[in-house]
Amino acid sequence: MTSKNKWLSVPYLFWSVVFIIIPLGMILYYGLTDKTGAFTLDNIIAITTAGHAKALRLSLLLSLVSTLVCFLLAYPLAMILARIQVKRHNFIILIFILPMWMNFLLRTLAWQTLLEKNGVINHILAFFHLPALKIINTPAAIILGMVYNFLPFMVLPLYNALSKIDINVINAAHDLGADNFYTFVRIILPLSIPGIISGITMVFIPALTTFVISSLLGGGKLLLIGDVIEQEFTRTSNWHLGSGLSMVLMVFILINMVLSAIFDKDGEGSML
Amino acid sequence: MRSALKKIYVALIILFLYAPIGTLMVLSFNRSKTRAKWGGFTMKWYIGLFQNEEILRALFNTLLIALASSLIATVIGTVACIAMTGMKRRSKSLLMGITNIPMLNADIVTGISLMLLYISLGIRFGMGTILLSHITFNIPYVILSVMPRMKQLNISTYEAALDLGSSPLNAFFKVVFPDLLPGILSGFLMAFTMSLDDFIITHFTKGVGVDTLSTKIYTEIKKGIKPEMYALSSLIFVTVLTLLVLINLSPDKKEKK
Repeated sequence: MTSKNKWLSVPYLFWSVVFIIIPLGMILYYGLTDKTGAFTLDNIIAITTAGHAKALRLSLLLSLVSTLVCFLLAYPLAMILARIQVKRHNFIILIFILPMWMNFLLRTLAWQTLLEKNGVINHILAFFHLPALKIINTPAAIILGMVYNFLPFMVLPLYNALSKIDINVINAAHDLGADNFYTFVRIILPLSIPGIISGITMVFIPALTTFVISSLLGGGKLLLIGDVIEQEFTRTSNWHLGSGLSMVLMVFILINMVLSAIFDKDGEGSML
Repeated sequence: MRSALKKIYVALIILFLYAPIGTLMVLSFNRSKTRAKWGGFTMKWYIGLFQNEEILRALFNTLLIALASSLIATVIGTVACIAMTGMKRRSKSLLMGITNIPMLNADIVTGISLMLLYISLGIRFGMGTILLSHITFNIPYVILSVMPRMKQLNISTYEAALDLGSSPLNAFFKVVFPDLLPGILSGFLMAFTMSLDDFIITHFTKGVGVDTLSTKIYTEIKKGIKPEMYALSSLIFVTVLTLLVLINLSPDKKEKK
């Protein structure tokens, strides 16, 4: 437990260098070279070609919308949950982790059954004489799939941050004459910023880079940037182009990392 | 009135999260092979499941990798946390920064980067490469759940044990370890869950002919999912649900006593 034990970090340090740092270096190497090994920027400039740029724009749009929807759904939920007894803490976390025990592909696929033209939801809507929902194979269905899959990653950090707020701080604000709205804006919201940043990161990055949700719910016609990169690696086997496009994605990931380093210095917004 | 609205809101979100799971469970009893229509109740997929060697093989691989990777990650991660307590602030935050990379990075980038690493090292793709990859993305979950416990730890108790003549290792296991245990357990559970549910990283680092449940389902999507898969997923889900309910109920009883 003293500085004597520093050598204990060696296994992890070794592991991180071999399996985190070097692999990222490999992407940089492949992204910046062509098949002959010569330096080139072509793989990165390739993002500006019509097809790739369109995929990136669609990915950005859909992931921004999904992140916003997740945030709007999760914040009130986390506020409600944070006021439930502390004893139930683990149970609440479990409710949001439990669905992951059913395979993510199957769960997403189940939305097909629910959303289809003759699907479950439309049967229920028809029963109440409501107009049918026609969102399967549209961008809206992809957004739904993203929100569904990534909502827990927004709820957990928000819940964690909000449940750490001392109730006395809120009571003090009320005692000093602040109304609910003012307390929320001046006390609760600022104190939950680490959770907000962490939640946004945990939703935005996977949504931006997903490649399965789009093919499962978008009917396979709508290509996201993740789909394009996946195809470069598994079908066309053009690793250089795939790496170059991944580097473009890494720019967004880096922006996110910097943001979370600034706003969440002590890792307070973590999920657990 | 407001508390009723709150309850309805929470219930709707939970319905949203669990509706697909309910759907899959219903489908596992569906006589018709297509997802689109209900063909009557049957148990045949549950029986067929235990005769389907491919699915059982994939299940075995999935469980083996989840168990091995989360155990190894738990050991490496916990040891790293202990090491970090003795570190200077700078090197500690550097190590935590590295820890955050797999958490914040996109799965597709992590998957691709590992795939390129294995290719250039000439490692044969198979169970080994999947295992190495899963350990890599599991370690951060362990560190992030053990670290907060580590911070709460009172170092004096450990020093007291040493002063009273205990060996460092003995003092660690008798005094420090019990305090860390909840963090270690939740880290392990989180790592196990993430490994079990992973598709993207496995997709890029698996070899031909080696499948986990995720990658097996992915190849089946084009041909149509075999209903045995729904049956298996429902079984896994119900088993875990039962276990968690049992675990969650037992400490409550103790507290009451």
